[in-house]
Amino acid sequence: MSPPARGNAPRLDRRAAMRALLDRRGDLLLVTGLGSTTYDAASVGDDSRNFYLWGAMGAAAMIGLGLAIARPERRVLVVTGDGEMLMGLGALATIGVERPPNLALVVFDNGHYGETGMQASHTQAGVSLCGVARACGILSVFDIAEAPALRDFAAQLQGFDRTIFARIAIYADEPPRVLPSRDGVHLKNRFRRALGVE
Amino acid sequence: MSEIDPASPAPDWPDAIFAALKAAEIRQVGFVPDAGHARLIERCRADPEIRAIVLTSEEEGIGLAAGAWLGGQKAALLMQSSGVGNCINMLSLAKSCRFPLILLVTMRGEWGEFNPWQVPMGSKTRAALELIDVLVYRVERPEEAGDTVNAALEIAFNGGLVTAVLLSQRLIGAKRWVK
Repeated sequence: MSPPARGNAPRLDRRAAMRALLDRRGDLLLVTGLGSTTYDAASVGDDSRNFYLWGAMGAAAMIGLGLAIARPERRVLVVTGDGEMLMGLGALATIGVERPPNLALVVFDNGHYGETGMQASHTQAGVSLCGVARACGILSVFDIAEAPALRDFAAQLQGFDRTIFARIAIYADEPPRVLPSRDGVHLKNRFRRALGVE
Repeated sequence: MSEIDPASPAPDWPDAIFAALKAAEIRQVGFVPDAGHARLIERCRADPEIRAIVLTSEEEGIGLAAGAWLGGQKAALLMQSSGVGNCINMLSLAKSCRFPLILLVTMRGEWGEFNPWQVPMGSKTRAALELIDVLVYRVERPEEAGDTVNAALEIAFNGGLVTAVLLSQRLIGAKRWVK
């Protein structure tokens, strides 16, 4: 077996990374995956344009795809973890076929399953999510491990015009949980109201 | 992935289903390639108002449809009965958030099935769907297809429910045994 790929150290703080992405979010629509990325988004501030997943592991990217196709005039940001993305890896192939110009997929990669006790994920053993995204035909792929690159990337979120995939290397820690509403009907309805479709 | 006798005339029930999807203003259709749904997929792909999205696995469609609804569009999913098994946990998304959803399911493992590996899932498709509270309709005869799909669409999108329409294998036509 080849030695584990550590990614390009150093790594970033997950909460600071989420703040950087959402700092000037403009009219970005946000979908977060089951687990820590939902808490990260809530820690920046609850917003009716956030759709948080509390289950449906592996669905974040596909929800982003359906939303991006439905609202071509808005930009959609999906932020999820490496474990959640790995569970729905086929979505990268599906998105690689559709390539909506208004969809950005961001994976916070700490190489661990944080929710279940910090067990190692496949990325720690060398599976490259950026490599998968590229191989699926996503043309704009970013591998980010340092603050200046993150800032440059975040600035693009207001004006990108093709499907983006970014892996953000974060270090494995468990900051205090910030829990948004778990009421799925409420989260759905307020999101649709914010878009004027409810 | 199955084969249907090319000599038989094109059935018109897929057109009735397509008309129902159009009348309900379905804008996204997720599917895994399937012989039973081939004509319906073709019709969806040819329609400029519908985005037909090919999935690697049926469960992707549950997320896709949720995203579509969040953005104000209606979606429908086309799959084989085997694909229903792939969706079960993901249906908790629709149930927890009361996302409206319609699954159009071509049945395998029923009348005339040649492949015994299709039987375990095909024989439990209705039970599996009902266990997770999906409202299940079934079409046996071609002339029922349009009305049944209309009814399923109406209750799904008016009620925030998940409905499935099972299209029987007898309706679709049994696959030929090919050595």
